[in-house]
Amino acid sequence: MSTRRIAVVTAGLGKPSSTRLLADRLAAATAEALRSRGFTAETEVVEVRDHAHDVVNNLLTGFPPGGLRAAVETVTGADGVIAVTPTFNASYSGLFKSFFDVLEEGALAGTPVLMGATGGTARHSLVLEHAMRPMFAHLRAAALPTAVYAASEDWGATGSAGDGLTDRVARAGAELADAVAGRVPAAARDPYEDPVPFGDLLKGA
Amino acid sequence: MQFGIFSVGDVTADPTNGRTPSEAERIKSMIRIAEKAEEVGLDVFATGEHHNPPFVPSSPTTMLGYLAARTRRLILSTSTTLITTNDPVKIAEDFAMLQHIADGRVDLMLGRGNTGPVYPWFGKDIRDGIELAIENYNLLHRLWREDVVNWEGKHRTPLQSFTSTPRPLDGVPPFVWHGSIRSPEIAEQAAYYGDGFFHNNIFWPPSHTRRMVGLYRRRFEHYGHGRNDQAIVGLGGQVFMRHNSQDAVREFRPYFDNAPVYGHGPSLEEFTRETPLTVGSPQQVIERTLSFRDFAGDYQRQLFLMDHAGLPLKTVLEQLDLLGEEVVPVLRKEFEALRPEGVPSDPPTHATRQAVEVTE
Repeated sequence: MSTRRIAVVTAGLGKPSSTRLLADRLAAATAEALRSRGFTAETEVVEVRDHAHDVVNNLLTGFPPGGLRAAVETVTGADGVIAVTPTFNASYSGLFKSFFDVLEEGALAGTPVLMGATGGTARHSLVLEHAMRPMFAHLRAAALPTAVYAASEDWGATGSAGDGLTDRVARAGAELADAVAGRVPAAARDPYEDPVPFGDLLKGA
Repeated sequence: MQFGIFSVGDVTADPTNGRTPSEAERIKSMIRIAEKAEEVGLDVFATGEHHNPPFVPSSPTTMLGYLAARTRRLILSTSTTLITTNDPVKIAEDFAMLQHIADGRVDLMLGRGNTGPVYPWFGKDIRDGIELAIENYNLLHRLWREDVVNWEGKHRTPLQSFTSTPRPLDGVPPFVWHGSIRSPEIAEQAAYYGDGFFHNNIFWPPSHTRRMVGLYRRRFEHYGHGRNDQAIVGLGGQVFMRHNSQDAVREFRPYFDNAPVYGHGPSLEEFTRETPLTVGSPQQVIERTLSFRDFAGDYQRQLFLMDHAGLPLKTVLEQLDLLGEEVVPVLRKEFEALRPEGVPSDPPTHATRQAVEVTE
């Protein structure tokens, strides 16, 4: 059975957090959908909170310190990414954004991304569309059509019929599973291993 | 192996008393620090080039020309000379002139600068950074080697029957280092010409330095200049020493915490773990510096950053005493003992390049 690596980036601040709760639901739905397609999911969770100081240090110094380096490699080496943020001031949280700000250019190019967000009220659910989707478009990631927003009221909603949270989570997980199952990860060109020959550089000048 | 210091030339307030030196004071301090480098037995002094406050050294060959008269042995260098925004014709002339004045005790390190706005200040565009570095150096290389140059390129007016004067001392161009922290193109450029490659690793983890130096070494061999372990590598270092390492940490911490580059970011302990910064006893500095060869191989030039973060001149001079008397003599011996047969100890100097020229 072939394996797909799923990195879960969750930027909740509380412990436990509803953001993490949603992230785990999305990860479980993705793993289940992969299983039904004959794949094994290898899921790794990056709690951005655990790297908060290192993320700021990376912004100031230009390189990721040890623990953050491993987290960044988990995300950039994954076949698919689940990214979940709390809604702050009608947008993603600053910490969530900062984590993606320290990735190298092109690090997520082509990577399927399942977006999720949490908030106190459903009024902010468009954060997925007006904040997160443009950011992942800029990163040239393949953001999936279904993104999942969970407001406080969703956690207490009864039943799974219609367009409830459970359905949306399952649909989103299936989309991510389809995207990573059909994708052959392209080996990124490493400019330090395989430089542009000087003759070509000189011609370009 | 050559040991020396490189200065950014920043004017920074001393965080322990809030005092900021004047530009005049800072310039004179740089001169004093360079003289001290020779007095304590170091081999190289290199100055940065900047065109914006709070930095003072906008005119390196003026400073180095003065130092040429004030010193006897010291190699005068730069860290870095801006190959992007300076006219390569002027670089060719300035450094050939300096060679004559300093009797050949000159080399230079080329770089692309540390700030975007410097490009438009000199009529250039940062998006052409790599292209400028490649085209300009290609011209500079010819101007020092061909008496009459006809040239046409993208980034400056063409040259017809142009002779850069004075001609390099004894017909031998100064040795060139290419400095870059992150750009593989520059390591490739250094390798192509068989020039030196300097990685200013002081703010970066060894894993990154290993990749950049490794690329340069492989490509140096590829272009037929020698084995990869014979490529000419220079590294930076950043240290603060006291005989008792606790004293070093206590004294340096306020400077670290407020330093312009990494201040208010990682702790001193985190930064020491992740980068070559060493704050402690001379013995600790010796051990740390020797470990650089684990990720960069046997190399030829080690430059330390000593005057920065607002450290007062008196403290910097004390640091140079420790460096020259207790650290560098041990490093010279230890590095040589570890160096394999056939790997050069020193970078090319005017004398060795002249000897090669004669035998060819």
